[in-house]
Amino acid sequence: MQVKSDAFLRCSKCRKVLFSKEFERNLRVCGSCGHHHRISADERIRITFDEGTFQELDRGLRSCDPLEFPDYREKLEKGAKATGRHDSVIRGTAMIEGRPVSAAVADFAFMGGSMGSVAGEKIARTIELAIERRIPAVIFTATGGARMQEGLLSLMQMAKTAAACRKASDEGVPFVCVFTDPTMAGVLASYASLADVILAEPGALVGFAGARVSAQAGVGRVPDNFQTSEYNFEHGMIDAVVQRKDLRSTLARVVDHLSANL
Amino acid sequence: MAKTWHEWEKPLLDLEEGIQKLRDLVPKAPPDKAAQLEKQIEEFEKKRDTFLRVKYGRLGPWERTLVARADNRPYTLDYVRAIVTDWVELHGDRRYGDDKAMIAGLGKIDGISCVIVGQQKGRDLKQRQFRNFGMAKPEGYRKAIRMFEMADRFGLPVISFIDTPAADPGVDSESRGISEAIAAGMSSLFGVGVPTIAVIIGEGGSGGAIGIGACNRVLMLENSIYSVIPPEGCAAILWREPTAGDKAASALKLTAQHALDLGLIDEIIPESFGGAHRNPAETAKNVEEAVVRHLRELMVYDRDTLRTDRYAKFRAMGVFTADEAFTL
Ligand SMILES: [Zn+2]
Repeated sequence: MQVKSDAFLRCSKCRKVLFSKEFERNLRVCGSCGHHHRISADERIRITFDEGTFQELDRGLRSCDPLEFPDYREKLEKGAKATGRHDSVIRGTAMIEGRPVSAAVADFAFMGGSMGSVAGEKIARTIELAIERRIPAVIFTATGGARMQEGLLSLMQMAKTAAACRKASDEGVPFVCVFTDPTMAGVLASYASLADVILAEPGALVGFAGARVSAQAGVGRVPDNFQTSEYNFEHGMIDAVVQRKDLRSTLARVVDHLSANL
Repeated sequence: MAKTWHEWEKPLLDLEEGIQKLRDLVPKAPPDKAAQLEKQIEEFEKKRDTFLRVKYGRLGPWERTLVARADNRPYTLDYVRAIVTDWVELHGDRRYGDDKAMIAGLGKIDGISCVIVGQQKGRDLKQRQFRNFGMAKPEGYRKAIRMFEMADRFGLPVISFIDTPAADPGVDSESRGISEAIAAGMSSLFGVGVPTIAVIIGEGGSGGAIGIGACNRVLMLENSIYSVIPPEGCAAILWREPTAGDKAASALKLTAQHALDLGLIDEIIPESFGGAHRNPAETAKNVEEAVVRHLRELMVYDRDTLRTDRYAKFRAMGVFTADEAFTL
């Protein structure tokens, strides 16, 4: 998204010039090409849950650079400056059209939404709280995958979050996941794919192997819409691709149905 | 620093070649000359052993990565042949096909019938292609899941041998839901009420490894690696130079010792002197001893305890601080 002046900006997808006000009113969806541009976690919370109902939990959790990985502390600080948070996942409780949910929302602006110990812990707690209160868990993903800078600890977050999902499943507590751009690798290959219902925003990047990994592995020609929401939908991996403007009402309906016998 | 395993094992191979040449000379030599040759051989052998002890005693993360990937390192089926009796290999996921990169079957370890799964690599070019370099596709994970569920039905322990650079990243895999298959593999392992043991014998490559690795006990061979990303991939992302694998291997802390120090695995299984490939039989014996010991420990627990033990184990993984008075 390129800002031309306060009043106008240019869609990075179709290059058309848009009115800023209209763009914001359209929830950052391009009025010309329909491209769903990324939004912050705070914005996501604002447009998804009943006004003023989101109560943040675990805001104080932060990574302590367990591997002393090169430049990690700087990246954490940069992420904190960009988002006003300590890590990539914000969690809490909220209402969606009057129904209580245990919610988590990832922010891509914090180190590419990557999952390290803190994100994994918050996701696990989100699902455990849902089990404890017998309310649905609703999670929005936006992530490049597991966080490299915490090494094997990050890989173990895949197992940790998968364990929580399994428990919710065994206990009959629903979990709804919404894939936003991007939803990749270690997150897609763990809790995100274990949701009872999976919704996705149009055009989101959704896949296992990142472009660099694929190139190194010698993956050749790929289909045009490879690793998009639509591609995953065609292959039966996603329940529905939903426009951002319809997401809240669709989500509310799904939550309502799945809460019927809780 | 050596870029390949062959490169840094070269002095060793030269020494061994020299020793062999001298040995060939001994029978043809006159007695006094033969004695001299024997002495020379002894010296060479001492040199070789010193090299092995010094070199293998302090292998760095990158060197261990190279050993973990060495093409003469024992693979899953080598361990199966060495420690499993009454083996019956089973094939197919009953959904799509049979993945040759993921083997599965029934067999006895120390007389105990088990379900065994694991990635399988190939040794020569043809075998490597046949095994897809040990990179399983969705059908591989779904075959493993079928086995986990069968194990659960019949009360059989699960032994999972991990040796994969990664799950297959190709178009086939994406189209059939490789991410879902890996996630479902973990979910299945968290559901079973039987003892589960994972043994990382070579490369524990990210999602491809954890998809069959979420077990009650996780053991690692001394020179195996366990990593969230291959060091070359990490280097490509961080420094835009895939050749900086050595630097990335150190940063990622991907050795068995690091994993043990972080509390993410339960035990390191020693390899034979100079690496598992120098004495596969001895290494297999060590694997068998460790697996049987853990198996016998776990077999006293009931189904619920095994499940809650597994949950608690992985639930506790993660390092962070809770900063109650939040300020940014
Ligand atoms: Zn546009």
